[in-house]
Amino acid sequence: MSTATSAVESAPHHDEAEERGIFAWVATVDHKKIGILYLFTALFFFAVGGLEALVIRIQLARPNSAVVSPEAFNQLFTMHGTTMIFLVVMPTLVGFGNYFVPLMIGARDMAFPRMNALSYWLFPFGGFLLHFSLMAGGAPSAGWFSYAPLSETAYSSSPGTDYWILAILVLGIGSVATAINMIATILTLRVSGLTIRRLPLFVWMTLVTSILVILALPVLNAAVVMLLIDRQLEAHFFTAVGGGNATLWQHFFWTFGHPEVYIMALPAFGMISEIIPVFSRKPIFGYEFIAGSTVAIAILSFGVWAHHMFAAGLGHTADLAFAGGSMLIGIPTGVKIFNWIATMWGGQIRFTTSMMFATAFLLEFVIGGLSGIQFAAAPIDWQVTDTYYVVAHFHYVLFGGTAFALMAATYYWFPKMSGRMLSERLGKAHFWLMVIGFNLTFFVQHFLGLAGMPRRVFTYPDLPGWGTLNLLSTVGAFVMGIAVLVFVANIVISMRRGKPAGDNPWDAWTLEWATTSPPIAHNFHEVPPVTSRRPLWDLANPEAKDHGGAARAEKESTFTKGAVCMWSFIASEGGFFLILIISYVFFNAAQSKGGPTAATVLDLKKTGMFTACLLASSGTLWVAERALDKGNRSAAAGWLVATLALGGVFMTGQSLEYLGLFRDGVTLTSNLFATTFFTLTGFHGLHVTVGLIALAIALALSFAKNFETRRAGLLRTIGLYWHFVDVVWIVVFIVVYVRAK
Amino acid sequence: MLGDPFDTHSPEARAIAGLFDQTLIVCGAIMLVVTGLVVVCIVRFRAKPGAKDPPQSHGNTRLEIAWTIAPFLILCWLFWLTVKTVMASDPPPDRDADLVVIAHQWWWEARYRTGAVTANEIHIPVGRKLLVEIRSADVIHDFWVPQLARKIDATPGRSVFIWLEADAAGTYLGACAEYCGTQHAWMRIMVVAEPEAEFVAWETHEREPATPPTTDAAARGARLFAEMTCVKCHGIATGEPSDATLPRVAPDLTHIARRKTLAAGRLDNNHANLAAWLKDPQALKQGSHMPSLQLTDAKVDDLAAYFESLK
Repeated sequence: MSTATSAVESAPHHDEAEERGIFAWVATVDHKKIGILYLFTALFFFAVGGLEALVIRIQLARPNSAVVSPEAFNQLFTMHGTTMIFLVVMPTLVGFGNYFVPLMIGARDMAFPRMNALSYWLFPFGGFLLHFSLMAGGAPSAGWFSYAPLSETAYSSSPGTDYWILAILVLGIGSVATAINMIATILTLRVSGLTIRRLPLFVWMTLVTSILVILALPVLNAAVVMLLIDRQLEAHFFTAVGGGNATLWQHFFWTFGHPEVYIMALPAFGMISEIIPVFSRKPIFGYEFIAGSTVAIAILSFGVWAHHMFAAGLGHTADLAFAGGSMLIGIPTGVKIFNWIATMWGGQIRFTTSMMFATAFLLEFVIGGLSGIQFAAAPIDWQVTDTYYVVAHFHYVLFGGTAFALMAATYYWFPKMSGRMLSERLGKAHFWLMVIGFNLTFFVQHFLGLAGMPRRVFTYPDLPGWGTLNLLSTVGAFVMGIAVLVFVANIVISMRRGKPAGDNPWDAWTLEWATTSPPIAHNFHEVPPVTSRRPLWDLANPEAKDHGGAARAEKESTFTKGAVCMWSFIASEGGFFLILIISYVFFNAAQSKGGPTAATVLDLKKTGMFTACLLASSGTLWVAERALDKGNRSAAAGWLVATLALGGVFMTGQSLEYLGLFRDGVTLTSNLFATTFFTLTGFHGLHVTVGLIALAIALALSFAKNFETRRAGLLRTIGLYWHFVDVVWIVVFIVVYVRAK
Repeated sequence: MLGDPFDTHSPEARAIAGLFDQTLIVCGAIMLVVTGLVVVCIVRFRAKPGAKDPPQSHGNTRLEIAWTIAPFLILCWLFWLTVKTVMASDPPPDRDADLVVIAHQWWWEARYRTGAVTANEIHIPVGRKLLVEIRSADVIHDFWVPQLARKIDATPGRSVFIWLEADAAGTYLGACAEYCGTQHAWMRIMVVAEPEAEFVAWETHEREPATPPTTDAAARGARLFAEMTCVKCHGIATGEPSDATLPRVAPDLTHIARRKTLAAGRLDNNHANLAAWLKDPQALKQGSHMPSLQLTDAKVDDLAAYFESLK
């Protein structure tokens, strides 16, 4: 594939000069340094979230205790959940992805190194915003899923929830940018011979996860924007007072929230799928089935959100439909488990610390998965949801599962990143303390849930058995705390004094092991030939080459990274607008109870004219692109000016329409028609404005020399965005204006 | 065989407990199989020193089909059980509600169709199903008494219904199960199931207006109750037409002395606790909407005497 070589040429050559000191880290665009930044920042937040958990467990160790105040406790569990999900698990997965995806596909760097750096810096910034709330009147305390109306101003008046929203938005934008970058990297920068069928499974899962991110995170972004509009501009999306709907928040949140579970699980499955084969000395069993089941999980994950809402009383039809869908997810998940065991079966298993964590992952994840099946049976959920049974369940999935996989991955990949081995002696201590601590903490919580202890209570009455079980759980949490200290000590000590690792200490088979440890700045002196899934096996066993993924020839990819980036971005933006449009339709389907409506205040004819201008601008831009293709630069510039002018007319029209509405007293808070109308058209207008700025930049650049050759891709990319914005407007125009008449 | 995970006392709750036990057996069996296979791997396939690489198998389509179909069949069976249990544990409403429960931050208001009004402690007759309508006055709460019925969210702007019945007399504890703010922990529920005759007697008594005070202290307390801000939030029925507009912001106190607990399960209802609660509710239930009124000990004693007379 030619793209791999061109990537080497076009990537920035920053680190050829090897800056040193702190600036080397702050200004870096190298995916390896950025990956390490992610991992250490996430480790820091892991300590923060872990300490929060310990305070929670101290408070709950005895009944009727008052170590912390109720409000402080509520802030603690809100921050613990938000921190662990958005500031620990997601960034850690992204950190490993950042470091290893380019290495595993034989690339020089990520597709967009500067955007990669931006994504990283949004992460500490989001963490800072979240914690800044502490200095601005208290941390958020509405729980990590911020159910409305508790999260609305009437019940959470301190700005904590506003900072929570801002942090979620910043982190969400960073995650989407990373996901777009990953998709572009994996689709366009693979070394020649590394077909989609031969991709290491970690890369496969990162690709699927990235697609989930670009589709799911915008739903959350749209929802928190609406919540912010409620809180700051006094609208009523989610408050029954004023006609809003609290259940709608739950639908939106879990439409994001359930795919989010797989966003946090799939890359961990990928790590396990790398580690188990290497330490079992066998190729992964049923590669196609593991990859395919991942896609099945990803698709199903968008259709099961309401199993988080069984307790809401949506009715038996909805409950049973979502119960059935949720049960189906058990099948592709089970397929993975059996394939991992089949990989171990008949192997020569080396129980390194990494493999021990992977084995514990298997068993603990199965426990979490099986209690998940119970939750899919709606009546069981009616009893045990919102209790410690569900706390136990999701910690078995996210800690016993994902976090154990992350620790396995750390022991597996640390030698590559640092050039030194982690101590196996400390590693085994870490492992056993963690296994004992984790299971002690969370297994007993199943019984607390069955005994009737709700989650998120700052204390509980002294009922038979509750005190003892809670105390056991607290003891377990402290054992986990000690395990983490051993882990951190192992990292710190081994970074300086660990045994030198060499290029390939585990005798592994994927490309990241074909370079030095740590890898050189441009990753590879030479990427070995790839003719199967295990290029390094093939090098070592030329007589018995791997035949995995070699069966059929595959068409080489013809995507450009710019096009992949823009299409991914458009998919993501499409998700955002879809939620805004759904809200508009939801709140305007029934006859409004007074106040302005689309039929009474909107002018179809006038807006129709401006709409024609916007649509015409797509035409003129298309002509401009064609002209540039033919090398006719002045014609292209002329058509670009026409595009800008038409876009300007549209924006002027929208401004006049807004002014007219304001004059008639129709504002954002008039009623839900007005709120949804201004939110939807306002965000569209914002996108048109961004498009106009991008087009103006393209126009300015078109006067530069050799624009055709260097920037034709740029104009085409902006063009895609502009056409997308127009298509969104066609939908908005039909839904809002045409439908009203 | 497994026992009853929720110690259930109603057919509805028992249906769920049955489903729980069945899934636990199936899941336990799967867990045993997985654990067994992993243990065999650990014991049998541990690397021997100096051993060569094992045979490199890439997969087996028949096995893949087998472990796709087998879980599918198990899940079909489980889904069938789920459908049956949904019907058995949560039958649809077929009449007007016998009882409306309104969740507030952080207490439960209960209004019977017959006119009885109480808070935090719901009485039901043994062996007779009551249809309960659940509403919320503010944020989302969740009504959950695990021994008797499923839990269900109280969502503002929307009514939901559950059946409440018990097949043995007793006191069944429950709690708000959906996080609802500062005092979510002390939003507990008590359901008292009693024989039909006792229930009818209780309900009849709850419909009576409050007994007028008979001691001087209680009379002073009654005056304080009327003169201070108490009446803005709490109602005490007097048998006058004004009873129709009693406030519903805080628990009705017409028969407060007959309840077992104070402040939604926070305290046992006795003189010391009642006095402590009146003296400084924020010390006992921080964030509660009951303000600390800085009462003198004398006033606290008078108010307590009055409330203790409200049998």
